[in-house]
Amino acid sequence: MPLLDIRDFSLSVDGRALLNAVSLTVDPGQIVALVGGSGSGKSMTALSVLGLTPPGARAQGSIRLDGQELTALTDRGMDAVRGRDVGLVFQEPMTALNPVLSIGAQVAETVRVHGMARRAEAARVADAMLARVGLPADRFPRSRRPHELSGGQRQRVAIAAALAAKPKLLIADEPTTALDVTTQARILDLLVDLVRQDGLGLLLISHDLALVSGVADRVVVLQEGAVVESGPPAIVLQSPEHPYTRRLLAGAVPPRQRPDTPPAPVQPPLLAAQEIVRDYALPRPTLWAKPGTLRAVDRVSLAVHRGESVGIVGESGSGKSTLLRTLLAADRPQAGTVRLLDQDWSAVSEGARRRLRRHVQMVFQDPVGSFDPRWRVERLVAEPLALLDAPLSPALRRRRVEELLGQVGLAPEDADRFPHEFSGGQRQRIAIARALAVQPDLIALDEATSALDMLTRAQILDLLADLSRRLGLAYLVVSHDLAVVEALTDRLLVMQDGHVVEEGPTVQVLSQPRHPYTASLVAATPTLPVQGA
Amino acid sequence: MTVMITVEAATDGRRHSAALVAGLVLSGLVVGAALLSLAWTPYDPTAINVAGRLAAPTGAHWFGTDAYGRDVFSQVLAGAQSALAVALAAVGVGLGCGVPLGLLAAGRRGWVEEVAMRGSDIVFAFPALITAVLIAALCGPGAIDAIAAIGLFNIPIFAKVTRAAALSVWARDYTLAARLAGKGAGRISLDHVLPNIAGLLLVQATIQLSLGIIADAGLSFVGLGTQAPRPSWGRMLADSQTLADLAPWLVLFPGLGVVAAVLGFNLLGEGLRAHLNPRRGA
Repeated sequence: MPLLDIRDFSLSVDGRALLNAVSLTVDPGQIVALVGGSGSGKSMTALSVLGLTPPGARAQGSIRLDGQELTALTDRGMDAVRGRDVGLVFQEPMTALNPVLSIGAQVAETVRVHGMARRAEAARVADAMLARVGLPADRFPRSRRPHELSGGQRQRVAIAAALAAKPKLLIADEPTTALDVTTQARILDLLVDLVRQDGLGLLLISHDLALVSGVADRVVVLQEGAVVESGPPAIVLQSPEHPYTRRLLAGAVPPRQRPDTPPAPVQPPLLAAQEIVRDYALPRPTLWAKPGTLRAVDRVSLAVHRGESVGIVGESGSGKSTLLRTLLAADRPQAGTVRLLDQDWSAVSEGARRRLRRHVQMVFQDPVGSFDPRWRVERLVAEPLALLDAPLSPALRRRRVEELLGQVGLAPEDADRFPHEFSGGQRQRIAIARALAVQPDLIALDEATSALDMLTRAQILDLLADLSRRLGLAYLVVSHDLAVVEALTDRLLVMQDGHVVEEGPTVQVLSQPRHPYTASLVAATPTLPVQGA
Repeated sequence: MTVMITVEAATDGRRHSAALVAGLVLSGLVVGAALLSLAWTPYDPTAINVAGRLAAPTGAHWFGTDAYGRDVFSQVLAGAQSALAVALAAVGVGLGCGVPLGLLAAGRRGWVEEVAMRGSDIVFAFPALITAVLIAALCGPGAIDAIAAIGLFNIPIFAKVTRAAALSVWARDYTLAARLAGKGAGRISLDHVLPNIAGLLLVQATIQLSLGIIADAGLSFVGLGTQAPRPSWGRMLADSQTLADLAPWLVLFPGLGVVAAVLGFNLLGEGLRAHLNPRRGA
């Protein structure tokens, strides 16, 4: 008998079908990966198992856990199942953990809530569990709070909390998506080890096919709330039958979009940084102590030439976003200079910079935070037009915005809508339209595809490559995602702790890394098995 | 994750729309009374009629009469007008000075922010009552005194709320996008920051309005607010405290006026806070 047996389960909210006759099973000790693009119903399936469907949701079909019908349970009855029979690990460990509870109390809580142990016993269980997830008590006192830990360590705490009550089934919803690539591999290994040791069932939800291909026993592909294909990864991922699966696979390995031999650099460079240094003031340790500083960017030099695409990779905290802000003169460097179009850029006043601003624009990571939620698309896209010497009349402005929306594959009437009416991928298209508005020479892309699923990522990469070919745009691509820089850049800089540790043509750096850090990044990036093999 | 937020908003929404309706009704009643008193009151609220003093509520005098035979209903209506006028003017002072200060602090950071915020702390250190006594000693007691004292107290509150909310807007990428579009801090404050925190400021304004009504009642209770013969709830309560056994309606009705106003604006603020929550729309 399977541990989890979802049979013909459908769910609709306000008449909108979210899940359509989903059937899947998880056996004890089995790892089942649920994959699909955003909005495919992956998370909704997990929430349905836990009885956390939105109000007004109508469900049909059956979900059985160890023979017990979950859809028939009351909310109270579900409380006994959640955490005790089914553990859950979320994507974002910072928000999934309570910031005021110590890690020991956090893990002990699950055990105590279900009345399985008293305080002292629960603390002992928590301690043992934290040690099992790689947080020994001598190095990680149980009184630590989540903010004192790194992202990967926090996710270890979340995993310990999910497993503390010894559930039969663990659901992990994008458990490594918010983590750096080297951390990602370690957390996934840990999760798989624990599940195998305890003989648990694991339902692993992910948009990353390469990630699940190495660990899953079965892969279930979900499209618009329906299962389109399922089977062992060796079959589903190597000889997929359904076109959607094939599209997902193609999206996971975006093709290289740059010429094999980049054009000779045009002198002088578009943007040139010389030995720039950027320090952050740290909080004073005591009232009278001198505040310390953190060197986020340490003597970095780089140049971007006309029509060239340069990538900067590194993990979080490597200083790549700070470097980008300094290059765009949003922050002033403490030492060194940045020149744009061979003119002073970092050293002059904002007033003097204003006439140069139109040459460089930016696309941000967060498709929600990059737009004022109260502005319509027309006004959003037109905002940089203020940089032009002559203001446009309202009619011309409208024409220009519609033209820009057309360039990024959106409809003219989208100009009248608000940003929240669009999907993540569409919002990145709007962001690209806004960046293009003043016909810049260089667009900086700060993790511009990181919040997107792989299908959408592939589409945005296609669009960016196409725009660069047609408009001769130069890109500065900041990302932690090697697939993105491989597809989109000519030259690559690898950053670690504020330093550039390696630099060279992208293909060469990724295929023959010289620095051990680059090698570890490449090694930790999950890869798909060769198709058709 | 978006799913969870919707769940929360939906269950919260029902409770808050009840608060919004109750708040609208109560504060509507108070504002209605104040507006009505501008045009009409059953009797002149200051007309003395010694023969008919301390009459219990009847058809002729709905809320009874006081120790000088003045109609309590007319006085309560007129009292709503002076209470609202003082509280509104004080909120106006707070908004007018506090919001620009908060926007400036968040937009410029550095020493400007330090000066504005430490200045607010200093104003906070003086209770409104002490400030009112001080101003009354300088300019004489009256409605202006109450407005100045309560308004001064409102400035740091609005400055702090504005700064905190503005900083969270400044942390969003769209303000960086606006900077890359060549806009200065002042322009961004007006174009992006202010519209996005306006809802929050409106909520804070309704709460300060209710606090202003309490403060005005308190100040006129001790004789520092609106001066006789203009009616005010605080002074009505002060005048009738020795008669409370004999004529309880003298305490009851102005007291109910204060309660209706304070509760009404508080509930309105609470309801608006939930209603204007941007997560509902997103």
